[in-house]
Amino acid sequence: MSNEIKMPALSPTMTEGILSKWLVKIGDEVRSGDVIAEIETDKATMEVEAVDDGAITEILIQEGSDSVPVGAVIARMSGDDSEELGAPSDGGDANANALPIEAKQTPAAAPVTAPEAKKTLIPHAMEWDGAVKNMTVREALRDAMAEEMRSDEKVFIMGEEVAEYQGAYKVTQGLLDEFGDKRVIDTPITEHGFTGLAVGAAFGDLRPIVEFMTFNFSMQAIDQIVNSAAKTLYMSGGQMGCPIVFRGPNGAASRVAAQHSQCFASWYAHCPGLKVVAPWSAADAKGLLKSAIRDPNPVIFLENEVMYGQSFDVPDSEDWIVPIGRGNIVRQGTDVTITAFSIMVGKALEAAEELSKKGIEAEVIDLRSLRPLDIDLIVESVKKTNRLISCEEGFPFAGIGAEIGMQVNEKAFDYLDAPIMRVTGKDVPMPYAANLEALTLPKSDDIVQAALQACYLEEGI
Amino acid sequence: MPRQPKKTRVKNPSKSGRPPKSARNLVNQKPDGKTLLAMHRDMLLIRRFEEKAGQLYGMGKIGGFCHLYIGQEAVVVGLQSVNQENDSVVTAYRDHGHMLACGMEAAGVMAELTGRQAGYSKGKGGSMHMFSREKNFYGGHGIVGAQVPIGAGLGFAHKYKNDGGVAMTYLGDGAANQGQVYETFNMASLWQLPVIFVIENNQYAMGTSTPRSTAGTDLHQRGAAYGIVGKQVDGMDVLAVRDAGIEAMEYARSGKGPYILEMKTYRYRGHSMSDPAKYRTREEVDAMRKQHDPIDHLRDLLLREGIEETALKQQDTEIKKIVLEATDIALESPEPSPNELYTDILIEVAE
Repeated sequence: MSNEIKMPALSPTMTEGILSKWLVKIGDEVRSGDVIAEIETDKATMEVEAVDDGAITEILIQEGSDSVPVGAVIARMSGDDSEELGAPSDGGDANANALPIEAKQTPAAAPVTAPEAKKTLIPHAMEWDGAVKNMTVREALRDAMAEEMRSDEKVFIMGEEVAEYQGAYKVTQGLLDEFGDKRVIDTPITEHGFTGLAVGAAFGDLRPIVEFMTFNFSMQAIDQIVNSAAKTLYMSGGQMGCPIVFRGPNGAASRVAAQHSQCFASWYAHCPGLKVVAPWSAADAKGLLKSAIRDPNPVIFLENEVMYGQSFDVPDSEDWIVPIGRGNIVRQGTDVTITAFSIMVGKALEAAEELSKKGIEAEVIDLRSLRPLDIDLIVESVKKTNRLISCEEGFPFAGIGAEIGMQVNEKAFDYLDAPIMRVTGKDVPMPYAANLEALTLPKSDDIVQAALQACYLEEGI
Repeated sequence: MPRQPKKTRVKNPSKSGRPPKSARNLVNQKPDGKTLLAMHRDMLLIRRFEEKAGQLYGMGKIGGFCHLYIGQEAVVVGLQSVNQENDSVVTAYRDHGHMLACGMEAAGVMAELTGRQAGYSKGKGGSMHMFSREKNFYGGHGIVGAQVPIGAGLGFAHKYKNDGGVAMTYLGDGAANQGQVYETFNMASLWQLPVIFVIENNQYAMGTSTPRSTAGTDLHQRGAAYGIVGKQVDGMDVLAVRDAGIEAMEYARSGKGPYILEMKTYRYRGHSMSDPAKYRTREEVDAMRKQHDPIDHLRDLLLREGIEETALKQQDTEIKKIVLEATDIALESPEPSPNELYTDILIEVAE
């Protein structure tokens, strides 16, 4: 009996990959530990090693093949009959017979993204009628930085692994090659220090982009962000602006537990002197990042790791800019308003499709910017729908939803036909166990149920 | 119309003491009489200004925290006397002296202390938060140690722009125990940033003496692990400070990286106005005042050098006038308009 070698999952979020190179051919004897193939994910090229001794008998997937699903049989080898190796057919534990060794490009400790079933997301209205180009959020962010760095010598990026490593999440890929190490700077692991240093550089008339490997690590630096970057303009009577962008993945990734899964939207949006944006689509990611880099104020730019690999149409122009402070109606509707930002926009749109089947037309607003908040857009929508659901991945207590709810209460109380409702992450530190994590994260069905309740159609509650 | 500090009233006190472009061969060369007089004047201005600030605090005209620099004048004056045009300066909250030494208007500083419109921050910053882009003074920071990476960032900007500037980054012996200081030392040395870290060791972090808070009290050695050269200097002797400054400046400006100057100094007053300073004896303070006062020291030297007493008298009169006028402005200027409450939070962006 032969052993099957299956396409391994090289991260918990990987669903498919490119089999870029076979390092063995039919007939080769391999021993456990030999590198047999190279596989490319969207983040890295990894080597795969055999975990058993034997001879390669069959190669089923040729090198250069892309979109090879995790768990697919890629080769067979002769081996010990007593042991059936390989990934289970559900693909849930594909590492069983082929283990990735030392990641060449993916940080071992870096959190990884959750799998997304859908590749193409529901298109939304863009204020753009020119040519578009399909690209991932990751590429859009990179292009935004590259374009702004080309047009302004004062723009530079610093952070952990942004240069030679090409970015822990490959967002800064290629920037070192184009701009050199004067402007693409690897820092030591020293968030408090390099954040303060970048703030000083901004005072010194440069325009830094600071990448946090994840926003969880920005807590080490929050004093410099809030006390130095945000407040100095005010404390100096308007003399000392701080043009700086703090960017990086925010919120829950997948299975990385409490210290690496947190949404900082509400933390930073709380502070006067900061702008806070959290785009969902690649077009907004690009347009808002360009705005953020040009902005004379400190901007917190919250990305989402799960979204990095998602593709969207993006205006094919360097003039594409999305102003900070404007929300976007991504789906028109008449019955209930749903606000969301970042990854929750996709879930809100899914929920809206589901609600539509039940005869409820939801209006979905992508907030895009949390501070300043486009409250007028929300209020106008509520005046039309008379119902409001606020969605966010973060904790409910003093969250973005609390703020939106209160502002709508102040500005459109008479228009409300139902209590404002929140769909949020649960009020617990993120658990590691898969089932508990799933219970913690808000789902599109939670939005559906909340909307039904707001419409007094309490199906399933 | 609120009275604004007149731009012309105070001459840049540092300018007269500024060395020629190349600082070479200046070390151990006694500065000329003009320079010595200018340094005396600058120290005296700080002394008198701070004494007045103390009085105004006692009268309830200055609120909140007010940290006086009295006793430490030689540090900032000696170092600023070797500063060049585009060098930048950043410090913590005991900052009035640094601002005056950078050539900022006494009236603008005093009016900020009283929380008035004529203050450098329109009354919105206060004692600990003042800035002057014009004079390359970047604050005035209230969080102990936070100014240190900011100073390195200013040095980073000098290097990035290749403008030849050096970032003078002042910190106290208390801040020397903050973690971000060492994160900064690492990066400053790694990237060879033109930064001079000036540790003003006045021997008390608020009420905790250096031996009680600090393992290894030779603070100039704190950069050794990062390969940063450090030097301990008698911070009560303005000429020793100046010499050390020339050396450090030359080092940092020539691209060799950061430099640490530990200035052994002493503050005569409490940590802030509300500090009774029970943690040290009156005798200790008096001994410093009598035997090591930086202004007396320079004054004696000037007289020995044959400077006429009348010249010093004249300086005294001039300074009294400046401080009085600054006080008048600080008390007469109106409080900021209520309309200022919501200004300067964000810079407006035209869409």
